[in-house]
Formats: sequence, C-alpha cells, structure tokens
Amino acid sequence: MSLALLADGALVLLVLGLAFWVNAAASGFAAVVGYVAFGLLLALAWMRLAAGDVALTEAAVGSGATGAVLVAAAMRLRAAADPPPSWPGVSRPSTPNRRSADGRDTPGHDGGGDDLAPPAPYSDSHRDVPGHDEGGKPGLSLRLAALVLSGLVTAGLAGLVLWTAGPAPSLAEAATRHLPGLGMGNAVTGVLIAYRALDTLLEKVVLLLALGGVWSLTRDRVWGGRPFPRAIPAGNGALILLARLLPPIGIVVAVYVLWVGATDPGGAFQGGAILTAMWILVMLAGLRDAPPIGSRRLRLAVAAGPAAFLAVGLAGFVLPTGFLSYPESIAKPLIIAVEAVLTLSIALILGLLVAGPAERPPDPAERLR
Amino acid sequence: MMLLGDIATGLLVSAGVVFFLAGTVGLLRFPDSMTRLHALTKADSLGLGLVVLGLLPQAASVLEALKLVAVWLLTQLAGATVTQLVARAIWRGGGRS
Repeated sequence: MSLALLADGALVLLVLGLAFWVNAAASGFAAVVGYVAFGLLLALAWMRLAAGDVALTEAAVGSGATGAVLVAAAMRLRAAADPPPSWPGVSRPSTPNRRSADGRDTPGHDGGGDDLAPPAPYSDSHRDVPGHDEGGKPGLSLRLAALVLSGLVTAGLAGLVLWTAGPAPSLAEAATRHLPGLGMGNAVTGVLIAYRALDTLLEKVVLLLALGGVWSLTRDRVWGGRPFPRAIPAGNGALILLARLLPPIGIVVAVYVLWVGATDPGGAFQGGAILTAMWILVMLAGLRDAPPIGSRRLRLAVAAGPAAFLAVGLAGFVLPTGFLSYPESIAKPLIIAVEAVLTLSIALILGLLVAGPAERPPDPAERLR
Repeated sequence: MMLLGDIATGLLVSAGVVFFLAGTVGLLRFPDSMTRLHALTKADSLGLGLVVLGLLPQAASVLEALKLVAVWLLTQLAGATVTQLVARAIWRGGGRS
C-alpha cells in the first residue's frame, strides 16, 4: 500500500516537474516534445485513478494528435523565423546544388527531432503585446501571475475535494441502471452516446469548426489544393518500412479499440486517433500525398460522422420511438454503426488538422471533383 | 509453481530496470548525440524486453500475454525507426551536437 503511495507520489512529482520544464523550455519544439511526454505521464496518472477511458483519450488525443498539431505549429513558427520550410521526418531534396542554392543545409532546421537549435525568434506580430518582452515571449511578471492564478485554481479544487463533508453526490447508480437496455457494458460510452449524446455530437461539430478555422488560413491562390509546401518525397528506408508495416496493425488496433468501447475503455475518439496516426505516418513517409482540401468526397466523409449522429437522433420524428432516442431493440447495433462512422470522420478531421491549410494550388482536374 | 513465477517476475523486472537505469545514465553522461542514441535504444529495447518477459508469468490469459509481447515488438519497431530518423538528422546536420 505504501509502495503504491510512493509510486503515485513520484508520478505526481514527475508530472509537476515536467510541467515546469515545458514552461521553461528554451525553444517551442523542445516545449512540444516535453508536452507530449507530459500527456503520456498524465495518462498514467488517469490509469492510477482507474479511469481507463480518460487515460486512453489523453494518450491518443491529448498527447498524440495534439502533439502532432503542436509539432507542426512549432515547425511553422520556426519556418516563419527562417525561410526554409521543413517537416519532421522528411528528407529534403537531395540534389546538392539546390540545397546550397536556397540555404537548406543550415543545421538545426531539419525535422528529425533536434531541440538543440537556438530558440527561434517569434514572428513580429507578437512584439507589441503588453506584458511580452522584445522577443515576443511573455515577460516574467505575466508568467508569475499565470503561475499564481493556476496555483490558486488547483488549490481551490483540491480544497473542494478534500474538505467537503461526506461523499460527493453521485448519479453513477442511476446512470448504470439503464445501460443494459442499450447493450452497453462500458458506462462511459453509455453516458457519452446515450445520456449526453448532444454533448458528444457538439464535440464532433467543434472538430468540424476547428477544421474550418484551419482551412480558412489558406491563401486564395491555393484554395482547394493540397496541404504541405510540396509533395513529400519518399523518405528514407526506415520510415517507409514503418509506414508499410504499421498501418495494417494500427487499423486492426483501431477497430478493436472502437469495438471494445461498448464494454471496456475505448471508443470512437481513441480509435479515430489511432487511424489518424497511421494516415499521418503514410503521408510523412511520402507513400501517399495529402488529399486536396477542395475534394468533395473528402468533405462528405468529414461531415458523415456528425451527419449520421444527427440522422439517428432526428429519425425519432418519423419512427415511433420518439425524438432523440434509440429504438430499444436495435440500440446496440445502431450505436456501434454511429460510432464507426464517427471514428472515420474523426480520423479524417484530426489528420487534416495536422496537415494544415492547403499550400499548393489544386490541379485543374481536381477543382470539380 | 506460482512462487516460481513470482520469483521469475521479480528477477526479470529488476534486471529490466537495471537496463533502463543504464540507458538513462548513458543518455545523461555520453558525449554526443550518436552515442546517447546508442545508449538509449540498446538499453530500452533490452530493458522493456526483460520487463515484458518478467510480466508474462503474471498474465491472466494467453491473450493478455500476447498483448504484452505485441507491445514489446511494436516498441522495438517504433524505437528502431525513430532512432534511424534522429541519427539521419544528426548526420545531415554535420554530425555535431
């Protein structure tokens, strides 16, 4: 027992220490790497609290997908500070004369995970923000204020948990009572998809809005084109091998995670994030180009998840089961079907969020498709 | 039989932890990125392998044991690839740092 307490204490110290380190990191890229590790440690902490669903989501979405978006952002910031754009894991054009011509050979601007390069100056637009120093980084007083405020929030939450009289009121029993009717063994999935279906739907719609926000950064000239500054060349052998070997395994794992979501920790978001990882791997290895964001098929697939969810909810208008409810006899197959479509849409949206706005003009033939 | 399994678990997991410790010391003490990579990957693959091997007697079912082995194999695959990529990046950067 005390041994478990010791391990938990060490985990808490690690999480806090890493959080401080991320804030103090010299470069954006180093901070992102620290943040990904932070998410994985947080997932361990959730496991210690027996919240497997949250742990999986934290690892897959909080650490994995968000980490990938942040890595891309850090590379872009660096590229904004220094002209040569680059992408993690991508080898640059190998013709030596071209390399020297546009200065791509500068060490430290090349994806592969170097956090040792000097911190890139932030773009000029941040210069005049109050409380920030000349480099655009938040000043010491602003950082201290943020530290004190987050400390107060944490202390307040801890106080609430530690000093409330008696156990907190819980709806867990009432919630689990009706789950067998849905064929759901996992209470978390049951609550997400039945009781709080509207919240779950809104999460997906928020993802759509986020994608719209990213796409709106596209320049007019390249609207409807493909992300990434140029077609990613087939990378080096090791990356290609991984990108060929891993996706079959990853797809099976994603389907498994989606399927066990009915009875055990897992579900659409986690499965979708795994699919996204496989897709990004294939794109980064240069095996498949990113799709043009103007493609109608792509947009239909992106919207299919939320649309299917809405359709099932609205079907109650015409079916005798009632508005916003699942027909009891086919509740489980219906929920699985909705989750499956959602998984595909989530995987697509997360992948497109990582890929970012279009940077290449579309082919003429692609404009209409 | 249970006792034997428990002893094997204790020994193997402890040995695995020693490798993790050695890898971490190497990561902190070795002079350049290439040797640091070397320390990290060698120690981690072996360390994780020993930990997984040690946990096998504790697995409740064959399926669980297979999942443990799969975790180890996938980590090997990812670790080897990432090491390649990092090493290439260092190489292209001039072999410094």
